[in-house]
Amino acid sequence: MGAWRLLGVKMLRLPDFPLPNGRGRFGPYGGRYVPETLIPALEEVEAAYLEAKKDPAFLEELEHYLRTFAGRPTPLFHAKRLSAYWGGAQVYLKREDLLHTGAHKINNTLGQALLARRMGKKRVIAETGAGQHGVSVATVAALFGMECVVYMGEEDVRRQALNVFRMKLLGAEVRPVAAGSRTLKDATNEAIRDWITHVRTTFYILGSVVGPHPYPMMVRDFQSVIGEEVKRQSLELFGRYPDALIAAVGGGSNAIGLFAPFAYLPEGERPRLIGVEAAGEGLSTGRHAASIGAGKRGVLHGSYMYLLYDHDGQITPAHSVSAGLDYPGVGPEHSYYADAGIAEYASVTDEEALEGFKLLARLEGIIPALESAHAIAHAAKVVPEMGKDQIVVINLSGRGDKDVTEAMRLLGGEL
Amino acid sequence: MTTKEAFAKAKEEGRAALIPYLTAGFPSREGFLEAVKEVLPFADLLEIGLPYSDPLGDGPVIQRASEVALRKGMSVQGVLELVKEVRALTDKPLFLMTYLNPVLAWGPERFFSLFKGAGATGLILPDLPPDEDPALVRLAQEIGLETVFLLAPTSTDRRIETVVRYATGFVYAVSVTGVTGERERLPEEVRDLVGRIRAKTPLPVAVGFGVSGRATAAQAAVADGVVVGSALIRALEREEPLSPLLAEIREGLYPKEPV
Repeated sequence: MGAWRLLGVKMLRLPDFPLPNGRGRFGPYGGRYVPETLIPALEEVEAAYLEAKKDPAFLEELEHYLRTFAGRPTPLFHAKRLSAYWGGAQVYLKREDLLHTGAHKINNTLGQALLARRMGKKRVIAETGAGQHGVSVATVAALFGMECVVYMGEEDVRRQALNVFRMKLLGAEVRPVAAGSRTLKDATNEAIRDWITHVRTTFYILGSVVGPHPYPMMVRDFQSVIGEEVKRQSLELFGRYPDALIAAVGGGSNAIGLFAPFAYLPEGERPRLIGVEAAGEGLSTGRHAASIGAGKRGVLHGSYMYLLYDHDGQITPAHSVSAGLDYPGVGPEHSYYADAGIAEYASVTDEEALEGFKLLARLEGIIPALESAHAIAHAAKVVPEMGKDQIVVINLSGRGDKDVTEAMRLLGGEL
Repeated sequence: MTTKEAFAKAKEEGRAALIPYLTAGFPSREGFLEAVKEVLPFADLLEIGLPYSDPLGDGPVIQRASEVALRKGMSVQGVLELVKEVRALTDKPLFLMTYLNPVLAWGPERFFSLFKGAGATGLILPDLPPDEDPALVRLAQEIGLETVFLLAPTSTDRRIETVVRYATGFVYAVSVTGVTGERERLPEEVRDLVGRIRAKTPLPVAVGFGVSGRATAAQAAVADGVVVGSALIRALEREEPLSPLLAEIREGLYPKEPV
């Protein structure tokens, strides 16, 4: 497993995990279900990535930007008041919210942008839902002087005007997508169509651990800096690994970043890994985004995974108060963890997430992203059942500034 | 009529085979059947699209058609019934174009058997590179469906070799790096792609994507067949008759005549 020099040790390495296999499969999940036009491009990205991963110059450059531009390493913060409030395990927050652009997304966009540059691609494209990944891609495109086009559903463009402005300010072109449900899923379709059309000149910076191989692997590797840091920080602070790790799961990139460095440990050494999906208005209402909790196996955006669809295989729109979790599928590696019992997956409703949002603000002075508020809300159920000498790490994947307007609308009367 | 016979007949007539594509349930259930009746006299083979919520490989025209068909209630069951009705009208080869997820949702064996029973000749699976699931491809073939896969200008010779190993019926050559939709010209590399595919397989090769009139049809006619989709759907959207367009395209299918 890799040790990151960010923590003052050795040379940066990108970890070598046992999965996926050579065909991009985590058990049955993953693969490359895309139109044939893209297959050579995916093979090219895979080869370039595997080569870059072993190149000290690439790793040094990535480490340089992660440290000096993104702000790594991020602290592991002891949330003492929250721990006392729940009266169970000691709660630590992995502060990805402190990163540049306000979320963990930058770990991945820096990695992919550097890879794009290495491959000689001068144009990058991306999909975005709430706009966090889009802003992150626009940011690295500005940093490296690349042309940048971001696809965003019309509905999201309307809801997230501030992030649209941010992307434009950073020099990106934002293209609204009017097809389908006009949200993240449709923006992803359109980004893939753009890539099919401009495949020879363009690099697609995918934002989560979904999509065709090698994306779930590559995004996981870039995000695994989160878990690698937690490993080292835990050993330094407690002399051992935590007892449980909790993270929100939409597509699943922040959760996989935290989980993967622990997931392949022998069972006795592995902390409890708990992914929290968005139950939206409740699993029974059909208005949710819980692909593992209430979905079936299927194919979307190039990958075989747990997915929300109807009896005919038509993809059903996801729903969550958190736009970042509003995706009808979940990455193939999570799908595999769920089947293999490596991680457990729960879900919390919009209402519970809003409670978590308020709780963290009041007890710790941190306004979390609504995505991360799902992890807090589920921790409220798990932590009180644990012993006081036990340790729980929650991934605070992003900060809540972007959600304040929405929260004000939903909570305004209550404060 | 078998696929082989359909291509052979066109060849005897000194032209490429014409393969019209229509989205099942567009512009409506009845409108689709009327469109089928209008295209059949021109068609050597027919491609029927199963409308899907997330058609990754399709441009705006076929996306809109799929949305309309789904909104008007078209379902897998509905497409099955339409295939049966079309089969009653013709003995020409009928290919169902479907994305993979509806197949998985119904269960591949059930899906394939039902469409075989309804009279489909084969399947075109645009988001299944065949080596991703060889067992699924074998299953379709065992049930008696031909399996058509796409190759693109970006396909390497090694990739072509891999894909044609799984192909029966014909091979679908995508003329452009892009999604479906009308173009004014096809790139010159289409000739090269058809040649590279022919070097690896004895199966007929059909060119699709971008064929919108006589000139593009003539460019595509370097192949054994030409697929016309978006241009027909566009005409249906505008409530224009299909025959003039098909007649014009058909003229382009005789490659030796001056264009």
